[in-house]
Amino acid sequence: MLVPISWLKDFVDVPQDINELTKRLTMSGSNVESIQQWGQDIKNVVVGLITKVEKHPNADKLLVTRVNVGSEELQIVTGATNIKEGDKVPVALHGATIAGGKKIKRSKLRQVESAGMLCSAEELGFDDHGLPPEIQEGIFILPEDAPIGADIKEYLNLEDTVIDFEITPNRSDCLSITGMAREVAATFKLDFHQPAISLKEEAEKNAQDLAQIHIEAEDLCHRYVARIVEDVVIKPSPLWMQRRLQTCGVRPINNIVDITNYVMLELGQPLHAFDFDKVEGGSIIVRRGKPSEKIETLDGVTRELNENMLVIADKNKPLAVAGVMGGANSEITSSTNRILLESANFLGSSIRQTSRQLGLRSESSMRFEKGIDPNLCLKAVDRACELIEQFGAGKVLKGYVDVFPGKTDPKVVPFSPEKINKVLGTDISSDEIVQILNRLEIKVNTKDDGFEAVVPTFRMDITQEADIIEEIARMYGYDRLPITLPEGNVTHGGLNSEQKHLRDIKDLLVYSGYSEIYTFSFVSPKVFDNINAPEDSNLRQAIRILNPLGEDHSIMRTTLMPNMLDVIRFNLSHKAQELKLFEVGAVYLPKKLPLEELPYENERISLGLCGETVNFYDLKQIIETIFFNLRIQNYKFIQAKHFAFHTGRCARIEIDGHVIGYAGEVHPDVLENYEIGKRVYLAELDLDIVLSRASEKIDFKPLPRFPASDRDLAIVVQEKVLAADVIEVMKENGGELLEKVELFDVYQGSQIAKGHKSMAFSLIFRAEDRTLTDEEVNEIIEKIKTGLSEKFGATLRE
Amino acid sequence: MRDDLMRLKENTLQALSDLKDMDELNKLRVKILGKKGELTQILRGMARLSPEERPVIGKMANEIKDELESKFSEKMQLIKKAVQEQKMQQEFIDVTIPTKPSIGSKHPLTLVLDEIRDIFIGLGYEVVEGPEIELDYYNFEALNTPADHPARDLQDTFYITENILLRTQTSPVQVRTMENKKPPLKIIAPGRVFRSDTVDATHSPMFHQVEGLAVGEGFTMGDLKGTLVKFVQEMFGHDRKARFRPHFFPFTEPSAEMDISCIVCSGKGCRICSYTGWLEILGCGMVHPNVFRYVGLDPEKVNGFAFGMGVERIAMLKYGINDLRLFFENDVRFLKQF
Repeated sequence: MLVPISWLKDFVDVPQDINELTKRLTMSGSNVESIQQWGQDIKNVVVGLITKVEKHPNADKLLVTRVNVGSEELQIVTGATNIKEGDKVPVALHGATIAGGKKIKRSKLRQVESAGMLCSAEELGFDDHGLPPEIQEGIFILPEDAPIGADIKEYLNLEDTVIDFEITPNRSDCLSITGMAREVAATFKLDFHQPAISLKEEAEKNAQDLAQIHIEAEDLCHRYVARIVEDVVIKPSPLWMQRRLQTCGVRPINNIVDITNYVMLELGQPLHAFDFDKVEGGSIIVRRGKPSEKIETLDGVTRELNENMLVIADKNKPLAVAGVMGGANSEITSSTNRILLESANFLGSSIRQTSRQLGLRSESSMRFEKGIDPNLCLKAVDRACELIEQFGAGKVLKGYVDVFPGKTDPKVVPFSPEKINKVLGTDISSDEIVQILNRLEIKVNTKDDGFEAVVPTFRMDITQEADIIEEIARMYGYDRLPITLPEGNVTHGGLNSEQKHLRDIKDLLVYSGYSEIYTFSFVSPKVFDNINAPEDSNLRQAIRILNPLGEDHSIMRTTLMPNMLDVIRFNLSHKAQELKLFEVGAVYLPKKLPLEELPYENERISLGLCGETVNFYDLKQIIETIFFNLRIQNYKFIQAKHFAFHTGRCARIEIDGHVIGYAGEVHPDVLENYEIGKRVYLAELDLDIVLSRASEKIDFKPLPRFPASDRDLAIVVQEKVLAADVIEVMKENGGELLEKVELFDVYQGSQIAKGHKSMAFSLIFRAEDRTLTDEEVNEIIEKIKTGLSEKFGATLRE
Repeated sequence: MRDDLMRLKENTLQALSDLKDMDELNKLRVKILGKKGELTQILRGMARLSPEERPVIGKMANEIKDELESKFSEKMQLIKKAVQEQKMQQEFIDVTIPTKPSIGSKHPLTLVLDEIRDIFIGLGYEVVEGPEIELDYYNFEALNTPADHPARDLQDTFYITENILLRTQTSPVQVRTMENKKPPLKIIAPGRVFRSDTVDATHSPMFHQVEGLAVGEGFTMGDLKGTLVKFVQEMFGHDRKARFRPHFFPFTEPSAEMDISCIVCSGKGCRICSYTGWLEILGCGMVHPNVFRYVGLDPEKVNGFAFGMGVERIAMLKYGINDLRLFFENDVRFLKQF
């Protein structure tokens, strides 16, 4: 909300010190977003009287003028054509600056000296939009009584400070100059004074005889007040009003429109002016829209209405979308003779819905949405008529029409000073509490059983004791509340075991050289094709966002893999050499589509590896390290196939028989889809299962009392025989005495037959109760050899 | 014989001082002190001595033997040291050759989240989580923000269905917690939130918040201030000032925004703090009685406070990061700095 200090001064004696003003208003709840200084860039421009106008000797399109600026008479060359001798104009002297900070210097134009510049309105910082055409076109001709030599900034009140306040949604009453003036008054303990409105009502007729108001939708319209003005003269509004509108960010249009906007800014009540001669039968009907009913709004767009929308209509046609925008059919034009001024109160939620459905927001709808005091309607329409009379813009009819089905009285809110102090941790006296409330125009009644606040209707946000507490707190000063730490209410803080385990996993990955990434939860539907997912893949059962930012962010991810691949591609394109990355985050798995209940948010971890020195086993090692860290033992890596992975380099990972994910080298087609030119190793695991299988139990075993026997065993098998299967056969045959099997070398090459590989194992045998003899161990080794030979046709490598 | 002994001693010491090699030292030792060594040879002549002289010479011989023994072992130590030193010199390595530390990095948001978490755990808070895809009821309605409440305009919401949405704040976790757990309770709820904002340097459709909630009996707004001042000092340093300004949130009353004295200029005013000296850091307030009513708690009996902060904002301030996009671009040159 833009608030010019000059306007604020109409209602309160604003403190001089702007810093002090903004600081204290911020602390009482009106946060200052910015401070704008108007007119500061204009310097050394004065009122001058043109005493002589001659043709330029060397140029057809230039004039040479003599201008009296008080202290001297200057010769100034101008290109404007709208001036004549005797006009008063703004003159930028040598060394002056005009709007935008442009500097003006003495110069020669086609060999003729020019001591300065005659200025247009735009050059003084005016928005020329609402200015009379004769001013728009050329030099700004000032009124005849402008004092020669006067500083133009002072004469036209160009200098002003405009504060932009952040108005919270609960304080719709502050969306007006008077609302902010009330805040200034309450904060600084000053008087708020609103000048009384006086109307002449010069027209003969009475408004009640000409206009009828019918509110059919009383649930959506709480009040409708109308006044009528005749003999309307449409012209530009006075400069001071244009200037005020402009500093508030509103474009001047013409006197009537400007007045309605001005009153809205001043009081917070939107007004609308209809061309009364276009209102058939002089009757205004406030009703719901009809199905497929259409109206062309003031912005030239034809809009379709419906039954949820509130419409202002006459007997035959809609005239306006209530509270949002007027219709073109009853728009004020230069030929308008009579107007009906509407000052109404519409239901906020209805206006909000309508405005959303039409995609149309206005200063008016924005105010209605947040709620307006219905008791403001009459004052606002009277203020507008007062201005119309002041500007000679028309004759106001006697009386007004007022239909007020939603009468609103001040609310009575009981409160207790003890409760206030208990909540705030303060010791504020009842007297001070009453004083603070009175400053906010809230009366306090003392009753036998406590206090009650009588809240004026413009404070729609105050409905219960908590609201009173806030009023006291902000006026007393948040900075004066004590700073304490809670007593009692003992609770025990900490992480639960899953949170601890997740922290440990992240630590472990980081110490192993992995960097953590964070990616968006929403992705493009194209990701499934990118990772080779078949048409019937479950992954494609993804939740769609109704109103996504774009197709690329339109579905909730069902896998972390595409995000990891995107990040790898991004970094490779920035010349990264080796990448070790991980991400922890949810995927969103719907139980049914379209969604009827909340989906399963499955926490996952993805790992991504890429670089010259890394391979599948690095990936497997880090996963196994995680399992060791979490004391998970019963896991398996099973040779498997998966659409996103290399057909020979992919493992399905299971814990206690549950599939928890896949790890492998990414399929070359997928890499191609991502334009990645290097091998990438990827894993995605279900963290919910992993964390649920983690154990904190440490199972201590006494150190062995008897020595172990070590044996190495090298066998040759076909190359597709899997190590896990070989080890399993070894364990089966080795029995309890085989303590440990370790694979320490795999070899394929010149000494091994083609299609075969050699695997070298280290076997450790131990008994708990004795030292094993060579014979015992040899016997087991033989059994193992036989087992391997039978199962895999394995031969010993000599 | 006395002279023989003295000579032996002199000669041996002389020979010892020139020695540089362990083998030669051993040889000399055997030659002098060995069973058949020169000393023994000399002592064989003891028999010829008079009984008076015998103990005198015997004592002298023993003293010489002891002295030589100790000289030999001294020399042995010296040679050993010299040999060892020479070996180590040969094993010289260049310690200035750079290595590649094999350490990755936690994402800056994780670092900040962990830090926030640890501070509040120290104050007795538990860490709880809630769904990211949430019911309208929890995200808005039970937080005193019914349909068509103007406050909904502050948050552009992504919808899945009419009633299911991507949570716009972590505040729904407040409601879920109060539904399931009896006061007194103190929780923080970190997590992802979503708002329909186009990506730029200061906006992102996805970001992170940490919600805090304390519910019990007799909490005051002073307690809220004290708790958050403590947090600010732990997070940003003990000389950091905090300021509470009135604000509006539908689910707290009174509500406040907390500013901290600017990290860059410490309050003098600079571009980062828009020349106000303050940086807005979080929203907070006393839990609104209506919220207690929604979860079936009696606002006359319990009260409490709540707060919510943006993790990205805190990370940006703490590390001097100037572009929100960096968090989700995952450029390793960025990530590796943390």
